[in-house]
Amino acid sequence: MDVLWLSRLQFAVATHFHFLFVPLTLGLGLLVAIMETIYVRSGDESYKRMAKFWGKIFLINFGVGVVTGITLEFQFGTNWAGYSKYVGDIFGSLLAIEATLSFFLESTFIAIWVFGWKRLSPKVHCACIWLVAGAAILSAYWILVANAWMQHPVGYVVRGGRAELADFWQVVSQPFAILTWLHTTFAGYIVGGFFVMGVSAYHLLRKSHTDFFTKSFRIALVFALIFSILEVVVGDLHGRAMAEAQPAKLAAVEAQWETARGVPFSMLVIPDEANERNIVEAFQIPKFMSFLVYHDWNAEVKGLKEWPKDERPPVTSVFWSFRFMVGLGFLFPILTLIGWYYRNRLESAPWFLKTMMYAIPLPYIASGLGWFVTEVGRQPWIVYGVMKTSDAVSNIAGSQVAISLAAFILLYSLLGLTAFILIAKIAGKGPAEPAPAVTGPQG
Amino acid sequence: MLETIWFLLWGLLWGIYFMLGGFDLGLGTAMPFMAKDEKEVRTVYNAMGPFWNGNEVWLITAGGVTFAAFPTTYAVMFSTLYTPLLMLLFGLIIRAVSFEFRSQVDSPGWRKLWDTCLFIGSFVPALLLGVAFANIFQGIPFDDKGAFHGNLLTLLNPYGIVGGVFFVVAFVVHGLLWLAIRSEGAIHDRAASCLSTAWVVLLAVAVIFLIHTWFATRLYANYLSNPILFVVPLIAVAALLVVRAFIAKQAWWNAWFASSLFILSATLFGVIGLFPNLYPSSLNPNYSLTAFNSSSSPLTLTVMLVVALIFVPIVIAYQTWAYTLFRGKVTDEDLTSEEAY
Repeated sequence: MDVLWLSRLQFAVATHFHFLFVPLTLGLGLLVAIMETIYVRSGDESYKRMAKFWGKIFLINFGVGVVTGITLEFQFGTNWAGYSKYVGDIFGSLLAIEATLSFFLESTFIAIWVFGWKRLSPKVHCACIWLVAGAAILSAYWILVANAWMQHPVGYVVRGGRAELADFWQVVSQPFAILTWLHTTFAGYIVGGFFVMGVSAYHLLRKSHTDFFTKSFRIALVFALIFSILEVVVGDLHGRAMAEAQPAKLAAVEAQWETARGVPFSMLVIPDEANERNIVEAFQIPKFMSFLVYHDWNAEVKGLKEWPKDERPPVTSVFWSFRFMVGLGFLFPILTLIGWYYRNRLESAPWFLKTMMYAIPLPYIASGLGWFVTEVGRQPWIVYGVMKTSDAVSNIAGSQVAISLAAFILLYSLLGLTAFILIAKIAGKGPAEPAPAVTGPQG
Repeated sequence: MLETIWFLLWGLLWGIYFMLGGFDLGLGTAMPFMAKDEKEVRTVYNAMGPFWNGNEVWLITAGGVTFAAFPTTYAVMFSTLYTPLLMLLFGLIIRAVSFEFRSQVDSPGWRKLWDTCLFIGSFVPALLLGVAFANIFQGIPFDDKGAFHGNLLTLLNPYGIVGGVFFVVAFVVHGLLWLAIRSEGAIHDRAASCLSTAWVVLLAVAVIFLIHTWFATRLYANYLSNPILFVVPLIAVAALLVVRAFIAKQAWWNAWFASSLFILSATLFGVIGLFPNLYPSSLNPNYSLTAFNSSSSPLTLTVMLVVALIFVPIVIAYQTWAYTLFRGKVTDEDLTSEEAY
């Protein structure tokens, strides 16, 4: 394998691993902030214990997320020097702004939050976790503005052999970026909600800390219900924005080979990439794909054959990833609606609790698939229509990347496994017992 | 003008990282020699507990600013320093998780593992940062295509090694001062008594580094043509001497501030000497990347400057608040609290 493929693989490993931790940071951060707010407002100590218990898991997850994020920032330079030179004027500034506006906020206030329980008033302490959760949202915004620019470059001119910023406001406010941001942030909230529900379900099934985990479950349920429904709406909007911005990706996502009007939607499709056709197209709904993509029953959908073969993304993997992601995206509101139905008698539906316990990985999988579609579906471009991935790679030796890739895989496997075991251990153990109430002189 | 401002800000960001990240890297390096039992080890962890993460963001920002303000330099610097940079990152990763993982399992072997990781993850990055910067001062063998002509050993030349040792010793002194500030009892006394020796070693290494710089680099050229600039290295030397005076008085905070000033002005000494080069090539000066031939567009530099002027002071304000909040000594009560490392 050459430098290009090794570097792509390394970046894929590093990003996917990073993104195992980011969504939970987003979702759990906000949930902990909500729990602590309830504590501050009601004075009910059980919500303080709740914020501390989920906060402990948040911390481990956050720590691994942070350190694996640094390698991503530096990898643009180490492995993608061509890209960095060409787009640094725009992309680099977005990363620098992200660090200045959010990373400092996040890492400083998380420390104050962890160590400040006794030093700060409850209100100030609670404000700290809101700053952390807010900084995470802000951080997501800047990095996704940067990613959206790679998907749909705007506000730039090509000058002196590189892309230069022409309109900063256009870069940071383009609808494609906003939709990417909402889509990804909500996905994080779904991950966080399902995580808390799943862990709570585990304890409820064992009848341990029932009160604590019923409350936790209900908070997470409302949270996940809201965001999984919103996610369907945002996902649809984002998908249509993608169709407009990246027609080749849309064609791959739908395995649409020929350009046509009034395109039917097939429930079952098996693409045959080598022969540029689908082996199976069954259970068709007439004109439905045109409607799904453009909200117009007779709209034209461009087929993959519009593009030369070397400008098409891989079809089979992108198609399946998208289908599974969408399927999961519909499953989440269904599960949370069932949860809403049982919200006051969770113990009466052990089958549901069991389902939710095993559902913890599903939002993670949906997130990963979504990023696969986003990034692989953009190929062969690194900046859509502007720069090819093959022109972006550094002038380095394949052996260097092979060694670092092996090191990444080894280190990240150990790290991932350790973090998983620790989080499972803390989650499985449950919260610390409440401190005994001091009612009078002891002993 | 914008390029020059960003060049200086770039140097300043690295300086702040070395000043803040420096004490926790130094303390991690010194830990095996300072902490003799479990309680002392935990004192070391908790002495930097609330700060190390926020300190590391200065590194991320320094990297991000290199990307944003000087993208060509970022691209060539990071790809030519590929192997040492990834070693640095792996070091920082195992270090960061040591903090989070160590206290989660109650087993001596487990704790020993993460203590070792903390040491390696502190020592290796400190050393590599010094080696990298010394090599940058001296010039890196890369061509006009941005290809590196050498390997890891090319960077481990005598001057590079002196630079690495200089960084490690400076950070260790800085870290020991922090430990003296935030600890009490036996470990505090050990740090205090070590500091006199460590300071002498630092002085010796600093002198060797300065002399070696004269022969190995062209850093002094800017100073000889603008002698007023000599005030920067003079501040560094003066600050280093003041550190000794405060150590003698056991005025740990003052000593730490003086040590901070020393690290900051020593960094600026190098950066000013480098100007206008950011990343000089030792193969051919025409390949060198400067503040002017590798910078971003004026619009980007302006946008970034506005962001920096508004938000960096805010960052400094709340980080200062965090430092004042946890400025006291790590007490037994701190160590028994459930959130302690």
